[in-house]
Amino acid sequence: MFRRRERVSDPVTIWFCDRAIEAAADDSVAAALLAAGIACFGRRPVSAAPRAPFCMIGNCFDCLVEIDGETNLQACLVPVRGGMRIRPYPGYEPGNDIKMSEL
Amino acid sequence: MRHLDIAVIGGGLLGSAFAYGLSADGGRVGLIDEGDHAIRTARGNFGLVWVQGKGLSMPDYARWSRRSAYAWTPFSEQLHAQTGISVEYHRPGGFYVSLDEQEFADNLALLKQLRNEAGEDGYDYEIVERSALREQLPEIGPAVPGATYCPHDGHANPLKLLRALQEGFQLNGGVYTPRAKVTRIAPVTAGGFEIHCDGGHRFGCDKLVIAAGHGSVELGHHLDMEIPIFPVQGQVVVTERAQMTMAYPTNYVRQTDDGNYLLGPSARDVGFNDETETTTLRDITRRCTTAFPHLKHLRVQRTWAALRIMTPDGFPVYLQSEAYPEAFSFSCHSGVTLAAVHATDVSRWVLDGQIPSRYRCFHPERFNVPA
Repeated sequence: MFRRRERVSDPVTIWFCDRAIEAAADDSVAAALLAAGIACFGRRPVSAAPRAPFCMIGNCFDCLVEIDGETNLQACLVPVRGGMRIRPYPGYEPGNDIKMSEL
Repeated sequence: MRHLDIAVIGGGLLGSAFAYGLSADGGRVGLIDEGDHAIRTARGNFGLVWVQGKGLSMPDYARWSRRSAYAWTPFSEQLHAQTGISVEYHRPGGFYVSLDEQEFADNLALLKQLRNEAGEDGYDYEIVERSALREQLPEIGPAVPGATYCPHDGHANPLKLLRALQEGFQLNGGVYTPRAKVTRIAPVTAGGFEIHCDGGHRFGCDKLVIAAGHGSVELGHHLDMEIPIFPVQGQVVVTERAQMTMAYPTNYVRQTDDGNYLLGPSARDVGFNDETETTTLRDITRRCTTAFPHLKHLRVQRTWAALRIMTPDGFPVYLQSEAYPEAFSFSCHSGVTLAAVHATDVSRWVLDGQIPSRYRCFHPERFNVPA
């Protein structure tokens, strides 16, 4: 989906559910997840439509995730920190059910 | 210079409703819009299509609001059929929530008086005490003594409404001209008007509708019309999307089809200042979380302020120029509620060339005090 323009020289490890992800130290959480190929950050509460970052500048609120137990954080505004544990927006568990055609 | 049968100045909710309604008749209609740097009064819309509590001392306005609520169902269905855009109109009735006993008593007195003034027309509402209210609004807070319910109240998505009106207008053959601030309106001796805009656009037209929000005041002067309106600042708070819990819109909070909650209302007299202010935002969130405490657990997504239209008595100002009877000016506070009658009845008045006498009540002459 996305390819990094530069090789990550000094990666930190963050966790999306049980998956370890290598991120660049100056990534936002949203950038790190997208670079790792995670296309769905959760589902809309009413329609259950899959959601992913749209604006990457703090406006659209479609990148909400849970980080280290704190819910409803905007992944595009939070810098990564080694060991961070990220979970999708409450009410959604990631699986193989998200197709690119749904995005 | 492009010649139009009818020119509508103002691309907000009023102007777009007129442009949509007028273009359905088949004439050459143009919508002339200043652009997004204009004072967009429509940004203050909360999305209520609301009847309850309106029209004290002017039963004609109470009737007018109710007429529009009735017209909203066919109006929104027609927009949907024509443009494919659902404006998310629902009319489950609305609750006017009171936050304490005094407010409850005041609201009941207001509605009683409205019913008295309405006479044979009636004024539909029900008193809903706390225990019964919990069945309809399960998240209602413990401090709320009760509410009133009006079956005519509903809500819609104002953003989609604006888009659907402009889309429908263009499907009807109307011509939308953005980035065209009108600088001069000149009556033509042989009849009609010439409209000059920034950016070089010029239009000729037989009839003219001024619906330019706060800009209408200055434009009215070009045609000897005094339009008595002024700005009132309203702030809106929007929360993140959440599970649906509210089956009804209320005076303080409504939940959109996407699950967002909108919190309001507020009214500040600060001239043309459109900056948000924390005291007002605190008051809004306090009132709304008193009414619905579960909102405390949600994040606020955004807040903004807008400069809505107010008139000396809060009721619409509908005016036909006496010097140039082909020119009309329409201004009001409740652009969403009245969108349905603006697109139908009021557009018909313009096509017919006359505001019917029974709607003379909305003429600003009512503000004149006999000397």
